[in-house]
Amino acid sequence: MDCETQKDAELEAPSIIDRYYTRWYRTDLKGQLCEDHCILQHSNRLCVVTLAETHPVLQNGRTIKSIDYQISNGCSRLNNKVSGKSKRGGQFLTDFAPLCRITCSDESKYTIYSCIRGRLLEVNENILERPNLLLEKPSTEGYIAVILPKFEESKSVTENLLSRKEFEIVVSKRDQPQSS
Amino acid sequence: MRSSGRATAAAQTFVFSQIAETVKAQNYEFDSLVLSISLPAQLCVREHSCWLHVKKEVREKGLALDKDDVIQVKEAFKWIMQSLVAKELGGGVAVVSKSVFTRMAVVKALEKISDDKFLKQYPCPPARPASSCVPQDVQCLHVSVFIAGRYNKFCRSLPQTPWLIDGERRMESSVEELIAAPVLTAFRADGFNFSSSGREDVDVRTLGNGRPFAMELQNPHKSRLSKLQMKELQETINKSSDKIRVRDLQIVTREAMGRMKEGEEEKTKSYTALVWTLKPIQKEDISFIDDIKDLTLDQKTPLRVLHRRALAVRQRVIHTMNARYVDAHHFYLALKTQAGTYIKEFVHGDFGRTKPNLCELLKTDTDILELDVESVDVDWPPAIPE
Repeated sequence: MDCETQKDAELEAPSIIDRYYTRWYRTDLKGQLCEDHCILQHSNRLCVVTLAETHPVLQNGRTIKSIDYQISNGCSRLNNKVSGKSKRGGQFLTDFAPLCRITCSDESKYTIYSCIRGRLLEVNENILERPNLLLEKPSTEGYIAVILPKFEESKSVTENLLSRKEFEIVVSKRDQPQSS
Repeated sequence: MRSSGRATAAAQTFVFSQIAETVKAQNYEFDSLVLSISLPAQLCVREHSCWLHVKKEVREKGLALDKDDVIQVKEAFKWIMQSLVAKELGGGVAVVSKSVFTRMAVVKALEKISDDKFLKQYPCPPARPASSCVPQDVQCLHVSVFIAGRYNKFCRSLPQTPWLIDGERRMESSVEELIAAPVLTAFRADGFNFSSSGREDVDVRTLGNGRPFAMELQNPHKSRLSKLQMKELQETINKSSDKIRVRDLQIVTREAMGRMKEGEEEKTKSYTALVWTLKPIQKEDISFIDDIKDLTLDQKTPLRVLHRRALAVRQRVIHTMNARYVDAHHFYLALKTQAGTYIKEFVHGDFGRTKPNLCELLKTDTDILELDVESVDVDWPPAIPE
């Protein structure tokens, strides 16, 4: 009974994401099957990087052992500092810039990527304290990072990404048996 | 320097009447005036030549004379013209002189050039002009007048200022335009600058006594309105649209504008929000909200404004709250908060970037469906009884 009223409630009011953001997807990052990312693009051009619901981290009841923002010897995304309105100092990212590495309890490791070009504004430190957030709320509180694309590139930055509909087609093709 | 008395008098009358007629035609109301003149740079050269001539003659007579002892053409003109114009137009003369024209390059060149070099290039004394001078243009500018008041906004699709992207208007009209239109007409002003004690979003109503605002009216041709006329102007604004309402409309000084911006940082504001909950609730589930006092929030710059504001964490206090149950998924939340608190982000959490937030307090996803400003607790401008 409660589940039904909850579902009805969900359908009734469009969520914050639906009202202000457009969902874009990048699938099979770096050739890894199902490692899908979802980029939430706000109407003000800011982009929030999140895991798509199909990402392996969110499947099979996995739990997270650790999340590491240190992506190389010289670079930690935690050291990212922006100042002022123009966000000076933020690390500039390209499509395949790594944001963090997630290690699950079954020792599987996954790298999360930027997917778009732009300046890194912040990474989510809440998931360091509570990795479960990433599993419970991957689309909101469990976000990975916030990126600000260059003003001139605000529209073009999503050219290489899939829309929600295109993403659903890709996912449905996975469930079908491969034809050689 | 010889001059023909009659020719000078005629030229004087011509210039004086051109000035007086222009001011009259533009139909200004004023108490005092300042006459500024802008002279062609070339006049510096003539003056310099005159000065060299005077210097030579004076030295021959064994007297000592400084450049400052010689009255500049500009000053002489103003002394003669200003009182004539003021007398004709019925105003007093204000004491300020304002230089409109920058002749720095010419003046600097004349300082550097030696007297001998100058005399080789330019006749001394300067040649007599063949015609009288003629004013090229007479411009009038009245000092700004400031008015203030409080506005209500009853519409959920009205921006405070015009909403333009790439020169295209995205939403019809705005609070400031609706208020400014009748005001500009009443004061016959060319333009305005609108400011207010804080702002609300497009989709937020402003109820109660309204939000303090002030307007600078530029180049008003009419500057004095009686209290009755101000009341009538207020009526005109209120009749012109049901989307806004104005009260306490009054003329204020420039200094008073500062009082309004004070309010923006320090004072408190009250709101009512219509909250939606994912999890079904009962009256008892939200009663604890009424007991929360002085809740301190850490608010990271909301994502919705982060593109144009610096990334920072702001501490803001919610002083009191009150929850009014509507149904299993809705309730009204009244809040009294410190100025600068982002209400929407407190309700939905902004991806967990405002902490604590209502989702955490209620242990369910929540969203804000409607927001109203109930009061802006600034005691300026002074209330005007209806």
